[in-house]
Amino acid sequence: MKYVIIGNSAAAVGAVEAIRRNDKESGIVITSNERYHVYSRPLISYLLMGKTSEKKMKYRDDSFYTDNGCELKLNKTAIKIDVSKKQVIFEDGDCESYDKLLIATGSSPFIPPIKGLEKVRNKFTFTRLDDARALEVALKENSKVLIVGAGLIGLKCAEGISRKKVGITCVDLSPKVLSSILDDEGSEMVKRHLEDNGIKFCLKQNIIEFEENSALLGDNTRIPFDVLVLAVGVRPNISLLKDAGGKTNRGILIDERCRTSIPDIYAAGDCCESMDVSSGEAKVMALLPNAYMQGECAGMNMSGVDYVFDKAIPMNAIGLFGKHIITAGTYTGDVYYENDGVNYKKLFYSDNKLNGYILIGNVEKAGIYTSLIRERTPLDTLNFELICKKPGLMAFSKEFRAEKLGGVRNES
Amino acid sequence: MNSAWPDKSINDFGGDYELKRVYVNEKWCLACHLCEYYCAFASSNEKDMARALKGIKISPRIKIEEMDGISFAVSCRHCSEPLCVKGCITGALTKANGVVTINKDKCIGCYTCILSCPYGAVSPSENGAVLKCELCINTHIGSPQCVKGCPNGAIVFEERGE
Repeated sequence: MKYVIIGNSAAAVGAVEAIRRNDKESGIVITSNERYHVYSRPLISYLLMGKTSEKKMKYRDDSFYTDNGCELKLNKTAIKIDVSKKQVIFEDGDCESYDKLLIATGSSPFIPPIKGLEKVRNKFTFTRLDDARALEVALKENSKVLIVGAGLIGLKCAEGISRKKVGITCVDLSPKVLSSILDDEGSEMVKRHLEDNGIKFCLKQNIIEFEENSALLGDNTRIPFDVLVLAVGVRPNISLLKDAGGKTNRGILIDERCRTSIPDIYAAGDCCESMDVSSGEAKVMALLPNAYMQGECAGMNMSGVDYVFDKAIPMNAIGLFGKHIITAGTYTGDVYYENDGVNYKKLFYSDNKLNGYILIGNVEKAGIYTSLIRERTPLDTLNFELICKKPGLMAFSKEFRAEKLGGVRNES
Repeated sequence: MNSAWPDKSINDFGGDYELKRVYVNEKWCLACHLCEYYCAFASSNEKDMARALKGIKISPRIKIEEMDGISFAVSCRHCSEPLCVKGCITGALTKANGVVTINKDKCIGCYTCILSCPYGAVSPSENGAVLKCELCINTHIGSPQCVKGCPNGAIVFEERGE
């Protein structure tokens, strides 16, 4: 048996750790189009802030590949899968045969087709270590930075570079910041917090045209900048599988065993589209925890153990200038609401199930809400009024606690 | 390929059935909070309890929930499917020999573990890294002090063969 993994991030690590639980003999080849030991991509903003270092942001120890008997091939770009020969072909002409293949190719920044973008010399995306390194070099004291996109990537970038005495303006088409994870009111609260920390916003604005050092907005204002960051979103890297004849939509389509439509080819992480159990819809959930767990699921099945991962939900934990935000699930149904100006909570529920939540400020024990969503726990089995106010195990039955905390096995 | 390299896969899930765990029995809990004090004392790594805790707002890794005469202590279950470890974006949370531990140096306080833990057993802290029970394995004492501090036998450290 020979395993090949295209990609070298969280999903790849999840797969390796799972494969090695079942198969300590066979070879694993990992290929990456980057030149680094596995590192955590979301940490690049913390790197610019000085809260981590290139050494500490390694996602696994230096000995990870040797400990797990993996052959790591860096600077290798896969360009084609030959399904009939079971081979991956690389840009440099090399090829690699596989018995089981995992596509863990992640996603790439979307570059919006805006007129004049080619005139901008100092432009960056912000998803990889090389992006962060290049951006850091370009930033000078008093640089004016324009960030296109007020989503997770754009705002974490803003926080990351804010200590460098630069001026930051964020433009977004949406009228809200973090529009993919926050409701109007929560978003307004976060925006005010960011403004208090010196970030300027031009929301509900499109960019008509770029000059080398300025952007012309839809309302005819012109924003000068020294450095441009494009953070309008990412697109799953699906072309390898799509070109090989596999089924794709926005992402690679996988089942609950992380199998693609082609035998012996699995996929995991940001390149995939999978079922969101909070809404019942298939979607791309480009989140590190899901990437690891999908990778793990793929690795288990690749190494011959039947394993299902069918509990993916959208979820995010993000801190911005000391304010913590945790969200999960889908925002539909009736609403439980608290807002004291500092701490904000909204729970969304219907049909006896919790569908989603937003917490800003106090995020303690958020995982108890996440668990209710993930497990689709019937809300009439617990004290819902209590758990809305105060997430805790007190709201569950004595029997539940006896089992989970007391190690008592319930015979039922 | 060489056969059998050192079995040192960093995350060693499962295989927990012969390991000792902290278990609580809420019938015996007095809500005295001594487990929290013993926990804070153990993680302070001081030799003297009074000196370790005097005038300090403690940040225990085990916490009492109480309401209407019911009380019980909650701490990390060291799950066989540890969602905090699987979700950790830095690799700071790992599981080895049945114990989920945190590398404080690597943790950047993103709180993905707080988002993930179904028991609410990971807590924020003011010093960056999150707080969670490590069964006192990284203290100078070496075994769970909440158990030692419980005056009524409501917290035990036992092997139950789950």
